[in-house]
Order: sequence, then C-alpha cells, then structure tokens
Amino acid sequence: MVAVLLAHEEAHATAQAAGFFAGNAWLIPALPFVAVGVIVFFGKRFRGKGAEVGIAATSISWLLSVIILVTRYVGGGGPVVLRSVRWFPLGRDLGLGLGMRLDGLTSIMFVVVTTVSLLVQIYSLGYMHGDRRYTWYYAALNIFTGSMLNLVIADNLMQLLIGWELVGICSYLLIGHWWEEKPNSDAAIKAFITTKTGDIPFLIGVFVLFAAARTFNITEIIHQVEDGNLSHVTLTAAAILLFGGAIGKSAQFPLHVWLPDAMAGPTPVSALIHAATMVTAGVFLVARLFPVFEASPQALNEVALIGAFTMLLAALLAMVQDDIKRVLAYSTVSQLAYMMAALGVGAGNAGIFHLFTHAWFKALLFLGAGSVIHAVHSNNMSEMGGLRKFMPHTYRTFLIGSVALAGIPPLAGFWSKDEILTEAFRVGARTIPAHGSPVVGSIVYGVGIVTAFLTAFYMSRAVHLTFQGEYRGHGRPHESPATMTGPLWVLAGLSLVAGFAGFPGWQKGFGAWVGVGGETRVPEAHLLLIAVSVVVALAGIGLGRALYARVPARDPLLRLGWFHTLLVNKYYLDEFYMRGIVRPIRDRVSAAIGTRKGGGILRYLQSGDVQRYAAALFAGVAILAFLFTKF
Amino acid sequence: MSLAWVLTLGALLFSLGIYGVLARRNAVLVLMGIELMLNAVNVNLIAFDAWIRQGNATGQIFALFIITVAAAEVGVGLAIVLLVFRRRETINVDEVNLLKW
Repeated sequence: MVAVLLAHEEAHATAQAAGFFAGNAWLIPALPFVAVGVIVFFGKRFRGKGAEVGIAATSISWLLSVIILVTRYVGGGGPVVLRSVRWFPLGRDLGLGLGMRLDGLTSIMFVVVTTVSLLVQIYSLGYMHGDRRYTWYYAALNIFTGSMLNLVIADNLMQLLIGWELVGICSYLLIGHWWEEKPNSDAAIKAFITTKTGDIPFLIGVFVLFAAARTFNITEIIHQVEDGNLSHVTLTAAAILLFGGAIGKSAQFPLHVWLPDAMAGPTPVSALIHAATMVTAGVFLVARLFPVFEASPQALNEVALIGAFTMLLAALLAMVQDDIKRVLAYSTVSQLAYMMAALGVGAGNAGIFHLFTHAWFKALLFLGAGSVIHAVHSNNMSEMGGLRKFMPHTYRTFLIGSVALAGIPPLAGFWSKDEILTEAFRVGARTIPAHGSPVVGSIVYGVGIVTAFLTAFYMSRAVHLTFQGEYRGHGRPHESPATMTGPLWVLAGLSLVAGFAGFPGWQKGFGAWVGVGGETRVPEAHLLLIAVSVVVALAGIGLGRALYARVPARDPLLRLGWFHTLLVNKYYLDEFYMRGIVRPIRDRVSAAIGTRKGGGILRYLQSGDVQRYAAALFAGVAILAFLFTKF
Repeated sequence: MSLAWVLTLGALLFSLGIYGVLARRNAVLVLMGIELMLNAVNVNLIAFDAWIRQGNATGQIFALFIITVAAAEVGVGLAIVLLVFRRRETINVDEVNLLKW
C-alpha cells in the first residue's frame, strides 16, 4: 500500500517528459524573489509604492500553480517530477543540490500558498494603506512567499531547512512590523526563539537521517526507508527529532505559546503566515517525510498524542479570550493539532485535506477580523457588537468562515474534520490497518469530538459578541473598501466549495491523488459518525447562542470558577517558562560560566581603531600562510 | 626577464601598501596604501599570466576586473572620507573611533 507511488525510477518523469509547466515549476518560488529585488531597489518609484510588483509576481506564480494542479489532476495524478542542479560539492562524493520534487502534495501546497498570498497582498492595499513601511512590508511578504514555496518544492532536506528558516525570519520581521511599540518587538523575539527551540532537534534529526542514509535527498531517503535499509532505532530517533521542529513551527504543545503573541503583527500577516501557510509547515514536514514516521509506531503515536492533547488545550483557551485575533490564534493551534493527530493515526491524506480547507476559512476569518479591527480600532470583542448592521459584507463572510470552522455541512471544514474523525474512529475500531496503536486512534476520536464541540462554541461566542447585539465601541464603524471585502468573498466562496474536493467515496478525490506517503485509499463516510459530529457542532453553536445572544453583563464562563482563572492565565505556562527556564538559565547558568565577566574583559578588544583591526587581520593571514607553506 | 624579479616587485609594492594601511594616520594615505596592495596583486597576476603563456589571458582579464573594482572602491572610500571630514573636521583614522565598546 505504501510503496505504490514510489515504485522507484519508472514513476519519475524527467523534466522534459513532464511538460513545460511542471518541468519549470521552480519558477513559482523564484518569481516572488525577483519581485523582492525590484521592490527593495525601485519599489518607492512605482506609483503603487512597490505593491503592484509583488502582486504581479505572485499572480504569475498563482497562475502557474493552478495550471500545474489542473494538468496534474486531468492527468490522473501524474508522475513525480524530479529535477535538480548541483549547488556545491561536499567532500569527495557528497553534494548539495537545489532541486524540485513536484508531486501531489507540492502542487496542492503551491495553490494554497500562492492563493492566500495573492489575496492577502490585495487585501493589504486597503489595510496597510499609508503605513510608514508600506514598501518594505510588500518586500517582506514576497520574501515570505518565495521562501514558503521553496520549502514545499525542496527535494532535499537542506533546501527545505533553508526555506524553513527563511519563513521563520519573515515571521519575525512581520510580527515586529510595528516594532516601535515594545510589546510587538517582544512578541517577535518570543516567536523567533520559541520556534528556534524546536529547530534544534529538527536540525539534529536531519543529520541523524543524513548519517544513516548518506544523503539529504528526500526521494532517496524515502527509497531507503522503504527498502528497509535504515534501522528502526535510527528512524524512531530521526522522526521524533524532526517532529520537534514541527512542534515549534506548527505551534503544538509545549511550544504553542508563541502563536497567540504573534498576533501583534498586522492582521493580513496573521492570515497569511500564522493561519494558512507558515504554521502548516510542520504538518507539511511530517507529511513530506511520512514514510519515515510510518516506519516507527512510537513516533506516530507521539505525533497523534501531542496532536490530541494540543487540540483540546488550545480550544479551551480560545473560549475565554476577549481579543478576537487571539480566539482565532488558539483556534489555529487547535486545528493544526487536528492535522497532526490525523497524520499520527496514519491518515496523512485527511490531515493534508484539513490543511487545505483550513487555509481558506481561517485566512477568511483572520481577514474578516482585520476588517472589523480596521473599522472599530480595537482588537477587543468587548468593544465590538452589533457590527452586522454596519459591515454587512464582513458579517456574511465571517459567518461563512465560522460555520465552516464549526464543521456544519456542506461547508469546507465539515468534510475534512469529519474525514479525520472517521479515520481515527476506524483506526480505533481496527477496521483499517494502522501503523500506530489503535488505542491512540480512539483517543484522537474522543478528544476530536470534544474539541469539535468547543470549536463550534467559541466561534459562536465570537460571532455573537462581534456582530450581534448593540455596538459598544467608539465612533461609527464603516464597511471596509472593496480591496478588502473582495478577498473576503473569494475566500468565502472557497470555504463553501473546497470541501467537495474530498467528497467521501469519490475515486478521483483529494486524497487519491495527493497521496501522502503513497497512500491512495478513498475516504469513506459513516452516517452515524457524521450525525454525531453534526449534532455536536450544532450543540456547540446552540450553547454559544444561548449564552451570548444577549450580551451578558457578566461572562457566563466565570461560573467555571478556578478553571476559568486557569484558562485566563493560559495554564500559567508563560510564567512557568519565565521562572522555570528562562530566568534560571539567564541568571544562574550564565553566572556560572561567567558570561558577563568574560564579556566585560573581551569587549576591550573592540577598540574602534581600524588600523588595529587591520593589523590583526594581516597577522592572521601571515600565520595562515606560514602554516600552509609549512604543512 | 625572470619571474622572480617581477614577483619581488609585487612583494615590495604589497609591503609598502601594508605599511601605508597600518601606519599612516591620514585616511587618504590609507586608501592609497590599499591601492598599492591591489596593484601589487595586479603585477603578480600579469606576471603569472605571461609566465604560464596559456593563451587565454585570464590573468590580464582578472587584472582589468581588479582595476575596475578598485576604482569603485576608492570612489566610495573618498566619499566616506569627505563626509567624515565635513562632520568632524579631521581625517585621522585614529580619531574616528566612535564604534567601540
């Protein structure tokens, strides 16, 4: 079942045989980088201050992505296109390449990234109008887009890692876009350092795989895994270490704490980076190296359990937030956990399907929230309310996004979430073979149902507090311009129909040709399971309506008592990290190794006298020259 | 003419350049020291090119590249010196030492 897609060489098309567009798919990540150069050097001379350059480049990338997706689909999935050039040699027989691996997973990610990026850039024309670093903002968005596309096309782990780190830097730059205010730059630093904590095991994992397989090339690594060349211990260690990177990037417990703070950035950035694309890189990584994970039940179980734990944890936090963006941020953490849990129970296609549908409705919700924030100049739902009358387009699209997220058929979120739950249930019931443990499947299903209820509840709460009742803020809110409502409607349309791509029982549906890890099983639907999840979702919406339809003077969740306090304080995790980890390391460990004292002495080396620096440089060269002639 | 003579000339020029860069206080003379070092490299390249007699003149072309880059470098360098002088009324490199601990 696993090795169908990768029946080694014969399944791989050469670049010539693949047709012009698939053969030159590297243009898709390259174009945004070209745009960056133009924007940085000439952006301010354009009439649109560089925005049109970014939008033009992303449009072409988007068009190419759609053409590739459609031709691949019409061709019934098509072969994996591999193409690479040697970048530089390492030692005698190793080398680093720059290459592309174009398969179903890559082409679907291309469409997700370029579509959301394009819509966000158009939306930003209105949202960021008159910003003090408008041109730079578009340059950064395009660096991000190019890096993310490079991440998904990469055919080797080093190239993937380069894209991975570049998107992290772009995330840092854009969270801190308004760095003059201290909380924003603090949030940027927190996001960077927290994800970096996960990147350390990731890097070690890459080298573990390299040491065992003697290559960075993803296709070759997968071949070796399937041929059974790598030991179980190696694969388990590699998978768990790699998953560390995914935990950081995709904001899973215990490294989820950065994502809510990342909301300090401009809202379109949150929609692009912290909802639809960058945070899904962790999920993508697990899917890309799925055979490595499948080879180790322990690693798969870990992925599933972390996912199950995180989805519940984050959904509970989303219930008590007042900041509308934080509701959505915790919701994103929770939904990413769904994807992780799906991968963990072996349902790779269901996980990527959820990534696909989630990208549309979560980007929609963020952009809708941005539209609201643009109108009322506050993030707090306590200062909103009654916006239905003032902002009809935003209201309708936000409602579509919320219902899609809550999982009401026939909107997008229902199909993907239900596929995950069905697969988890079937793994638990042992009706399909699983690489992980069936018990874990049952746990994922149970937690998933509870989370589905909470999801419906917190979205219902958010919609009621924001759009229903009376307006509680200042001034008179107004509907946003067409550059903002246009992208909202496009995303709303996608949120309505995207779910049908994975219609259960459809032979040529989503999973059949994305084929994560070579898996092409057609999803099935079970009416009883569908009924359960729909009832649960409706119950959540109903409860939200009952509690928040008339805005209560006192939040009814306060009745939860100490549990409410625990949630408001985010389980005290930030305090724990500060007192338990950051301060001990900063104060005691650094005092023990004498960082401050040593630095105090060494800094006098930096005298400011250029001639002294030059003398040191020449002395160094002279010593090296002496050594070279001697040995 | 033997290669050694030309290389000796290059080495002498280079040493003069190093002396200029490390010992002169006047920033313009420091820049001139850098030029001397670059030209010492050019002399070496031309000498080796003539010695190897490969026929494709790589060394000479490379020397032309260096002359071009040196021109650009001295342009930027003199502009910086000019701005430093306008601001601080000195071009002594040991007095321009704000960027330190």
